Amino acid sequence: MRQRMKPSITFLGVGLLIFVVIQALLSFGLLNNYWRGIIYWGAAITMVSLGLNLIYGFNGQFSLGQYGFYAIGAYGSADVTYRWVRGDPSALVVVLAGSLLVLGLYALVSAFLRRFYGVTVMARFTFFLLATILAFAIAVIVLVPVLGPVFTAVLGVLPTVASNQIVFLLALLGGAALAGIASFLFGIPVLELGSDYFGIATLGFTIIIKVLLDNTDTILPFPEMKGARGMIGIPQWTTWPWVFGSLLLVVLVMRNVLHSSVGRAIVSVREDERAAELVGVDVTNTKILAFVLGSIFAGLAGGIRAHDLAFLHPQSFNFIQSFNPLIIVVFGGLASMTGTLITGFFWIFLLEGFLRLFLPTGFETWRLVVYPLILLLMMLLRPEGVFGRYELPFLRREMPPLPEKDSTTVVVDTPQVAPESLTSLRMSPQVVEITQEKTV
Amino acid sequence: MKGRPDGMAPEIEARPLLLEMEGVTHFFGNLRAVHNFDLALRHGELIGLIGPNGAGKTTVFNLITGVYRASQGDIRYKDAALVGLPSYEIIQMGIARTFQNIRLFANLTVLDNVRTAYHPHAGYGLVDSVFHTKRFREKEAEMAAQAQEFLEIFGLGARRNDIAGSLPYGLQRRLEIARALAAYPRVLILDEPAAGMNPQEIDELMDLIHFIRDRFDLTILLVEHRMRLVMNICEWITVMDFGEIIARGFPADVRNDPHVVEAYLGRQAVDVR
Repeated sequence: MRQRMKPSITFLGVGLLIFVVIQALLSFGLLNNYWRGIIYWGAAITMVSLGLNLIYGFNGQFSLGQYGFYAIGAYGSADVTYRWVRGDPSALVVVLAGSLLVLGLYALVSAFLRRFYGVTVMARFTFFLLATILAFAIAVIVLVPVLGPVFTAVLGVLPTVASNQIVFLLALLGGAALAGIASFLFGIPVLELGSDYFGIATLGFTIIIKVLLDNTDTILPFPEMKGARGMIGIPQWTTWPWVFGSLLLVVLVMRNVLHSSVGRAIVSVREDERAAELVGVDVTNTKILAFVLGSIFAGLAGGIRAHDLAFLHPQSFNFIQSFNPLIIVVFGGLASMTGTLITGFFWIFLLEGFLRLFLPTGFETWRLVVYPLILLLMMLLRPEGVFGRYELPFLRREMPPLPEKDSTTVVVDTPQVAPESLTSLRMSPQVVEITQEKTV
Repeated sequence: MKGRPDGMAPEIEARPLLLEMEGVTHFFGNLRAVHNFDLALRHGELIGLIGPNGAGKTTVFNLITGVYRASQGDIRYKDAALVGLPSYEIIQMGIARTFQNIRLFANLTVLDNVRTAYHPHAGYGLVDSVFHTKRFREKEAEMAAQAQEFLEIFGLGARRNDIAGSLPYGLQRRLEIARALAAYPRVLILDEPAAGMNPQEIDELMDLIHFIRDRFDLTILLVEHRMRLVMNICEWITVMDFGEIIARGFPADVRNDPHVVEAYLGRQAVDVR
């Protein structure tokens, strides 16, 4: 048998090549700021869409809430760095320590709730909500005065460049954690709903987030976010290694989870919820897991986007925008990571890159006519999406090798264990050509 | 004893009780689907539940596996109360089932269908999944080997990479049983396993049911319309009509029971004899 390159090596090799090429283009100034922005934006949108593909494509829960979590990640991490560069570590402490505290309390609450039978959804939700409020209250009231100076002192030892990078990393993680916590709380009651109702509820979530962001300086105590006027003064720290690293992290985590038993449970819920429950899969937890993981991806993408734009406006997170990841996922092919990866970039390149540049002056808005036309054609000609369920070899769910691996032609023998009476049951020995492992 | 026929052999009565239902009643709105249902299954038994369409047989199965919550009554498995538990916990305790209308994961491969049922026994968590640790690789290999073993037993070994929905009907039925067994059950509940099968396939199915009971040390409860299957393999039978038990006993007795003949069996019982 011909020796084939391991898919993982090929994938990472090509990824590294893309990284080096784009880094070189950026370093030598061959890509202007406009195209750099397009690439970063494409990466962010791709991460959001991968999260949605996990929720919708793989877990089967139709969600329009991705942009809400994207916004939470963006504003959350932006606030951390905004305050940090102005000498205020409070947001950093609250987001980080608060999130850790929330995790700890969640573990306690779920251990506590496990001792009871038939806890209703709303009771569960209330307990977790109270735990969240308690954790962040402790973080704001107790931990900020205690840990704030510590953070400042420890990070102050390092040169500013280094400490900024560390704070950026923590801010990205914090933004993702906030999105994860929000999705967990939101998911407990709402994932109980059937798929369509869940979609409407998530749409409502996106609208709520948008309205809250419009009023950050009035209803919410964040004057620096400036409500509907838009948040300015966010440090522009996103660089190509950060973008590439985050995207790679998202792809690897998602791929590894999907290729595990957890991933099979996630997909089985999409296939048949009742049957999944009746082979022992905890459907509720599986849905929450996929939802939280997908939202964490969106939160991370939000941090990346915020620190590239250096400007956030609630209007960019309104519910019309939240259809973008949905379009990308369906366009690329539901339950195809490859499709989402390629379509995510393609979408931004097309909509914000090429069409904006190549349509004649004064006709730029026509791109919003062009893309629905493309969508219409697409749905008529190839409703399963451009890539269908195709996956790159590395992203494909590999089947474990057959026990008899030594020859290419195997006579599949009948089982030794079967008693004589079973003769008619067994399949007649068949000659099976094993050329290449078939996969889904 | 309640929920069992009289005159059972003492050595069978000495076996431990596995599944017990006592006075189980279930309402759908104002409709009483199951009324005062008793059943007691001892370890290693193979029993049948029969009755005309709409008698409430599948409802009984759904009550046992937690799809519905019984309005009244007790359901116990090895002395643990099942009423109110979510389905997946009941399955993980050791009760597995198949469905009247096949419910496979149609877009997944045959092997993945079986491996999904291993999920509660995977032996690794989310962290192992994310990092694909050594533990993950070991357990995955183990799981794949065991799943393959199940498939071989059911004659599906060569079709492991086929999409489940593309299998012929008879194989889909078998795959469903294989998937149920992969959850390591002690009690297996089969809901009309012979539906849509021809006589030869039914013969094969009877062999298969006997075989898996011995091989996996199972206690089997089945609902079936095909009298030939029920009368041939079940050790004793409970007959339901309109949600109530109308007869209970050994196949030969049930067959001659006037209530049963009237309610359900009719001419077919005569044919079998």
